[in-house]
Amino acid sequence: MNTLLETTDVVKKFGDFTALNKVSIKVPETSIFGLLGPNGAGKTTLIRVINQITMPDQGQVFFNGKLLNPDDVHYIGYLPEERGLYKSMKVGEQALYLAQLKGLTRNEARKRLKYWFDKFEIGDWWNKKVQELSKGMAQKVQFIVTVLHRPKLLIFDEPFSGFDPINANLIKDEILQLRDEGATIIFSTHRMESVEELCEHIALIDKSNKILDGNLQDIKRAYKTNTFEIGIHVNNPEALQKELVTKFDVTTAGFKSLEDDLKLNIKIPKEDTANDLIRFLTSKGELNHFVEVIPSASEIFIKAVNNNQKSI
Amino acid sequence: MNKLKLIIVREFIAKVRNRTFIVMTFLSPVLMIGMIALITLITKNSIEKTRTVSYIDQSGLFTPDDFKETKTLKFIDISNLDLETAKETIKKTDQYGLLYIPKENSIDDVAKKMQFFSNESPSLIFTENLEEKLNKRLRLIKMKELHIDIEKVNESKIKSDIQLSNFEGKESSKFKNELKLGIGSAAGYMIMMFIIIYGAMVMRSVIEEKTSRIIEVIVSSVKPFQLMLGKVIGTAGAGIFQFIIWGIVAVLLYTLLLPVLGVNTGTQVNAEQMQMIKEVAENSKIELIIQEIKELPILTILISFILYFIGGFLLYSSLYAAIGAAVDNETDTQQFMLPVIMPLMLGIYIGFAVVINDPNGTLATTFSMIPFTSPIVMMMRIPLGVPLWQIIVSLVLLLLTFIGMIWFAAKIYRVGILMYGKKPGYKELYKWLKY
Repeated sequence: MNTLLETTDVVKKFGDFTALNKVSIKVPETSIFGLLGPNGAGKTTLIRVINQITMPDQGQVFFNGKLLNPDDVHYIGYLPEERGLYKSMKVGEQALYLAQLKGLTRNEARKRLKYWFDKFEIGDWWNKKVQELSKGMAQKVQFIVTVLHRPKLLIFDEPFSGFDPINANLIKDEILQLRDEGATIIFSTHRMESVEELCEHIALIDKSNKILDGNLQDIKRAYKTNTFEIGIHVNNPEALQKELVTKFDVTTAGFKSLEDDLKLNIKIPKEDTANDLIRFLTSKGELNHFVEVIPSASEIFIKAVNNNQKSI
Repeated sequence: MNKLKLIIVREFIAKVRNRTFIVMTFLSPVLMIGMIALITLITKNSIEKTRTVSYIDQSGLFTPDDFKETKTLKFIDISNLDLETAKETIKKTDQYGLLYIPKENSIDDVAKKMQFFSNESPSLIFTENLEEKLNKRLRLIKMKELHIDIEKVNESKIKSDIQLSNFEGKESSKFKNELKLGIGSAAGYMIMMFIIIYGAMVMRSVIEEKTSRIIEVIVSSVKPFQLMLGKVIGTAGAGIFQFIIWGIVAVLLYTLLLPVLGVNTGTQVNAEQMQMIKEVAENSKIELIIQEIKELPILTILISFILYFIGGFLLYSSLYAAIGAAVDNETDTQQFMLPVIMPLMLGIYIGFAVVINDPNGTLATTFSMIPFTSPIVMMMRIPLGVPLWQIIVSLVLLLLTFIGMIWFAAKIYRVGILMYGKKPGYKELYKWLKY
């Protein structure tokens, strides 16, 4: 897969404070790339470097294989976390203005805006002032403005904040469609369930350093612990649990089921396979539930950040 | 370049469409004329109010002729009353006061011992007027005493009237100098007002972009410097637009009012000058005056006004933009406003204190070169005649300082627009310069 955007050892300092310390990321083309990290980690600074709002002190940014240059803003769409519109300006005029700043001609911008306003069924907002709109309505306009110039790279910082579940879903579907149409998306959020749902690749930044990156599946594989969640029906659960404890690392599991089973998390040694465990368990009783415990993005996030902070 | 144009147009339209702008544009000429009318009315009224003064003349030196009624002063002879009774009586009336002339042995003693009683202390002008009136008679009597031929004295009176002209031989009047000073002061004052009003507009617009959080969306499309420059130029455009509207209104008023006033000239004068002209016309000098207005370097004044307005505005408004970027709301701007307002105030004070007395002195020349005060001070000097090289040097200095200032302001602006929540001090701003 081609790399659309790459940063190499980007350093940004504000006085004595280092906001980014040699951060390198690679964003594959037509993927959804999750940029994660705790508050104040340096995500926004990195995004601003990519948008050429902030110039890095060291390091480079490559866009489409070439060094990022000022004209590239036409190929990038950015929805910042701190976003808003001119309150006293009319919706249509404002959208036209912002689209023209991104390099569209007035006519082209008008045509495309009509398409999007029809799609979102907000055509009658054109002559309204932004201050008359609700927050969610303004967010919709903002989303349209971000994607209107059909950028190759879209950067969304917390795109779902301010939306109700229905509209959040609408926006999510639009993001997926844009990806399918060839856009590459950098997605920064604290909502781990949407990372889980959307992102193929992630990078985790903590305390100005990149501490983890790669394909989400690969990362999960690396973070899995050979633990299985089981539910088994036996006559004497206590005896079985005692026997298991002597052999494996066992904790109580909390999943819900219809059966009144013995529910456990069992961590098996690396050399053992799931089949070995299944064979053993089926010999003891009726195995109703057997599933490998895969670390969630949230768990990986917490673990990686904790490890990083311990190591400092 | 194209984006800069877009920004300029947006800023211009946003300013011009603003309700304040519309009200300001059409209301301020009305207010201005109203104010002038009000001031004229008030001064006229206070002068023309007739004051009644009673007098007791025990000296017998004065004749009723000395106490003739004038426009503003009326005298009542109550010499038949004694002083105490008169004081009691006059105190209760709404008369202005009581003049008491005692009987003394010599004129000199009379002159020294006259008294005026009143409820409120009389104004300097009033007292001087009264003294002059009394002096006249006393002087006559004194002259008689000294056997001076009064007729000869009258004959010897001569009134000189110095005719002013420059070395090229062009004749001018004292009135012309006053007119020039008036025009210069008005222009300088206007520049100051515009810098303050429109500078604050730039600042407010920066703060608005910060608080509405649109700023990050915009700077992902254009450079902060472009945005700042576009904002400053767009706002300056709105200011010039306002001037143009006022200019058109003035020309309209002029063409409509002049025939009414029965004066026919080819020059442009405003209502205020018309008033002055009318007053001076009583001295039958009107033709000379109109000639002089025609001879004023109106084109030079207009061109330099526009250049200094633009230069001064760009210089100060980039500072205003930086201040707007540094803060989150308008109340936080106070601490930074002082260094901006100070030089403007200084310019006005220098103008009124120095330029009027000594328009080509060292102080006036220096301050008309210093870029922070030059738009105001130089504008006051120009109608009085300034060597061209001085104007050019001053404009070049202004331009260079503007370039330096906008570079400096852009650095603060660039960092400030993305900073929220912190209320920075000067130390903080200094750090931003290095980011």
